[in-house]
Amino acid sequence: MDELIRILTQSLAEAIAPTTAAFAIAAIGLNLHFGYTGLLNMGQAGFMLLGAYGFGISTIAGAPFFLALLIALGAGLIFAVVLGIPTLQLRGDYLAIVTISAAEIIRWIGRSTWLQEWTGGASGLQGRNYKGTFQDLSPLPDGRTTIGPLEYINTGSDSWWTRLFAWGVVAVVLLFVWLITRSPWGRVLKGIREDEDAVRALGKNVYSYKLQSLVLGGMLGSLGGVLYVLPLTIAPDAMGRTMTFFAWTVLLLGGAATVFGPVLGSMIFFGAYMLMRTGMRALSENTGVGNIISTTNVEQIGGMLVGATLMLLVIFRPQGILGNKKELAFNVR
Amino acid sequence: MSADETTHAAPGTGPGDEAGRAPASVVDAAAAAAQEPSSATAVEARGELAEIEPVVGVSKPDAILVADDVVRRFGGMTACDVDHLEVQRGAITALIGPNGAGKTTFFNLLTGFDTPQSGTWSFEGRSLQGKSGARVAKAGMVRTFQLTKALSRLTVLQNMLLAAPDNPGERFWLSWLPFTWRAHEMAATEKAMEILARFKLADKAPDYAGSLSGGQRKLLEMARALMTDPTMIMLDEPMAGVNPVLVQSLLGHVQALRDEGMTVLFVEHDMHAVRHISDWVVVMAEGRIVAEGPPASVMRDQAVVDAYLGAHHDTDLGDDSLLDPEILARLEAEEEKR
Repeated sequence: MDELIRILTQSLAEAIAPTTAAFAIAAIGLNLHFGYTGLLNMGQAGFMLLGAYGFGISTIAGAPFFLALLIALGAGLIFAVVLGIPTLQLRGDYLAIVTISAAEIIRWIGRSTWLQEWTGGASGLQGRNYKGTFQDLSPLPDGRTTIGPLEYINTGSDSWWTRLFAWGVVAVVLLFVWLITRSPWGRVLKGIREDEDAVRALGKNVYSYKLQSLVLGGMLGSLGGVLYVLPLTIAPDAMGRTMTFFAWTVLLLGGAATVFGPVLGSMIFFGAYMLMRTGMRALSENTGVGNIISTTNVEQIGGMLVGATLMLLVIFRPQGILGNKKELAFNVR
Repeated sequence: MSADETTHAAPGTGPGDEAGRAPASVVDAAAAAAQEPSSATAVEARGELAEIEPVVGVSKPDAILVADDVVRRFGGMTACDVDHLEVQRGAITALIGPNGAGKTTFFNLLTGFDTPQSGTWSFEGRSLQGKSGARVAKAGMVRTFQLTKALSRLTVLQNMLLAAPDNPGERFWLSWLPFTWRAHEMAATEKAMEILARFKLADKAPDYAGSLSGGQRKLLEMARALMTDPTMIMLDEPMAGVNPVLVQSLLGHVQALRDEGMTVLFVEHDMHAVRHISDWVVVMAEGRIVAEGPPASVMRDQAVVDAYLGAHHDTDLGDDSLLDPEILARLEAEEEKR
């Protein structure tokens, strides 16, 4: 019984963890790309890593918190423009190919010895080097706080302040995305998703709108990257393709082209992922299941199950949890 | 600024103005127009065109669109090679020809959806060469597509609103401030509902465009093009795949556009439709313009009829007499002689 409560508490904690909020933001960006504009960005992790580097390196160089945040967003902006200008005039698949490779290039540059002085190479940047400015902003008093089953220090890496800030950012971003997607601007994006030639024939500069969407979603990716590393370290290998596919799973689980989908998807995905892994580990340790699945295999099996979930989602519930089935009925061109 | 734009979009000022008339009367007018040219502009257009000598590349008294030496090659194949063409303002011009004649290619080139190897063309005196599809549409030349492009996962009304020009809310920096675009949006909605009523789609406004039938999609596409306040509307096979009853109503709508002063250029295979509504017919074959003139004379032109519509285009292929070997032999002999 205690064991079960421990597992459930851990899952709940994961569902409201700052990294979950970070994925929610990255998935909101991806939602702008894919859900609203129909762009296939397969390199959201690249935007996140670039945002993390932008924030970390500038903070270490002495920039105050908000300047470092702006630099992180600027890095996402430039990356999106560089990727978008050559590829957005081509068919959608090309953007997917270019983004996935560009994200890998960023990661490999980050872990190479070439820029080790700034990026820290493969071992990355230690959290204590860049978290100071963020933690100084905390309005919370010193000490620890317990809310329900959850207990964290008020200010620090894995703290209430990190959670408060991350979910506060999610709330602001949600409001902003809700406002812009219900506007005529959002309607043009949806038109482009349906048929860009038709929108072009109505006198809209499709290329410019696609670039705006790519830039905005990419900057949200970078913001997500900053939130992701606030409680952790900046490690290039932790922000690779897996991260991109987690963001996609989060988006498709919650429901593309919905406002709350990415947030709900992120909380459910990471809560369930944690439940699955801790549950399997507990079963493996305490019951006969251990003969079949040893504790060392739990992570790998967890990863496989995420992949299988993504496949099943796309096949059986492509609209996700919040999506509108009716909208998808016409998705046959 | 917003007040300015509001008045611009308000019904009563645009070229596609229906404010003075009730939608029902427009429909009636369209039905009447299907019989013969009713309005003054239509009669004028036909009258002016009737005096022109029907030869290829002839100059028109009031040309809105002029194209010169427009050449498009796909590899070794020349899909389009138009020496000179002028399109009369305020008239319905039909572009006909067999499959593969280069009609749609020519259409794509004119509307900025494809780039020619060479050529110049101008619309209302301004060159459109090298302009993107969006810029061409903004200049007032709006097209539809052969395969209808209804934006399926947008509602019918959203489809219409998307086409409204100069919406301040379509700029990213204003999009999240609803008060900057609400007035424009309301004016556009009013106009959209009027146009939808005219096309008998008003009760479909809240439905997804994807739920419309093929014919209704054609109507929606035409209605959407009207939302942009075009001066010239380019219809790529508006009657393709539409049932005969709807064809009649579409013809009425096309004529109504002309009667309101719009210029119409349309590609069509349906000869009956072409004969019925067009003021001028341009015939293309193998990428070139081979004839042009008023519909009656072009259709009578035996060379055009034989070469581009087939010598026996009036013969019903379902006719049992074709099974009679004697008649078949006679038809074959005629073919030989040609």
